[in-house]
Amino acid sequence: MCVTGAFLAILKRDLVLAARAGGGGELALVFFLTLVVLVPFALGPDLNLLSRLGPAILWLGALLAVLIGLDRLFQHDEEDGSLELMRMSPLPLEGAVLAKGLAHWLTTGLPLALVSPLLGLLVALPGEAMLPLAATLLVGTPALSFIGAAGAALAASLRRGGLIVPVLVAPLTIPVLIFGVSASNAALGGTVPFRTPFLILTALSLAAVAVGTLAAAAALRQPE
Amino acid sequence: MLETRRHCYCCGNPAWRQARDEFADDMANLIDLANPTRFMRFSAALLPWLAGVSALLLAVGFYLAWFVAPPDYQQGETIRIMFVHVPAAWLAMMFYAMMAVSALGTLVWRHPLADVAQKAAAPIGACFALVCLVTGALWGKPMWGTYWVWDARLTSVLVLFLIYLGIIALWRVLDEPSRAGRAVAILTLVGFVNVPIIKFSVDWWNTLHQPASVFRMGGSTIDGSMLWPLLVLALGFTLFALTLHMAAMRAEIMRRRVRTLTILEAERLDRLAARAGSAPA
Repeated sequence: MCVTGAFLAILKRDLVLAARAGGGGELALVFFLTLVVLVPFALGPDLNLLSRLGPAILWLGALLAVLIGLDRLFQHDEEDGSLELMRMSPLPLEGAVLAKGLAHWLTTGLPLALVSPLLGLLVALPGEAMLPLAATLLVGTPALSFIGAAGAALAASLRRGGLIVPVLVAPLTIPVLIFGVSASNAALGGTVPFRTPFLILTALSLAAVAVGTLAAAAALRQPE
Repeated sequence: MLETRRHCYCCGNPAWRQARDEFADDMANLIDLANPTRFMRFSAALLPWLAGVSALLLAVGFYLAWFVAPPDYQQGETIRIMFVHVPAAWLAMMFYAMMAVSALGTLVWRHPLADVAQKAAAPIGACFALVCLVTGALWGKPMWGTYWVWDARLTSVLVLFLIYLGIIALWRVLDEPSRAGRAVAILTLVGFVNVPIIKFSVDWWNTLHQPASVFRMGGSTIDGSMLWPLLVLALGFTLFALTLHMAAMRAEIMRRRVRTLTILEAERLDRLAARAGSAPA
């Protein structure tokens, strides 16, 4: 059993769990949709206002949809003992975290990015901004998943993690939010070219995958 | 992790052996200082002096700030808020840096006092961040006409305050000290890596969203009549914060002792009850 095999096995297991046990991808999508639908009720149905705020609304919705389910990322595995097996497997714990984070992104971030153009219609986002917005979500949500994985790992042993994970993780996601929204706004026209914030967003995502994986593995490792 | 070996297995070279023994002695000294009992004795002796000197410095500093320093030609009397605001901002950042060093101490060197130092530092740093925000708001109302603007520096301090709150919250929810110490150390380090990134992004966001509409103090030179009270107060506040920190560390060590004693006592009572229950049968 090689290391890649173990990695793929964890990835597959998490994807299957998300698909069969519900609570995975679709629920995050429904939550995202609900949030985007709620916003016009709070702001009023003015389409000009909504289209100006559109990227911000979609990004906030994606951020919350990712944050909400995070506390379960490692909790179930800690409870049923599968985390113990991952600790003992030949695959380094970092690899297991990478697989779980990737599975989390595939079941939340990726679907959110894919449906965001549809939801963009609800907030009257101009057509030319749809694709750039989806691109920023596609590139930026891995950062949310992996920063979130670090937070979830810290709270893995808690019976009722609840609000603690979003409270820990949200301040750390501010840079992602800033560059995600400013890249989408740049696509709507403005002084800044789309490329600059988009590249920074990509860099943030890559850095978050590295730092988040290491931090989460360090948090999950049992102190000897 | 540092590890002192009593015996060198690889060679019998006397020079190496001597160097090794000296290293072991140094390590033993370092570990002696890290011994909580030693720390309790040392801090008990130091604490009154630290408290006294900081009270003296604060008294002198406040006297200078109130009666000696002139009102600013532009900002009038409100400038006196700066004498509290600026040290608070410095200390909020200094305590975070201190927590990051303690976090390294917990994770890398496994220093037995590191997580105590870190736990004690978090509320103090959070308080100074809050003092910085509140005094800033009080100064901002007469000067800028509003309590709050989403200025880059204000926003960064607010985010720092939120990270402090997250760290305190994590201490609260994990009840076993060693486990909590490790988790909080990781969070502190992740936050420490993130703070410059947040600062950079907030600067970017700020220039993007609103041009510098806010009156800034500018990096202009501060006149000596204001600089001296500021420096005295900064030193006084720093010593005051260190006094609080040391007292909080002592309280935390005692709290852990009480916790251990309570657990031991509960186990003893458990055993007694078990024996009493089994004896008649």
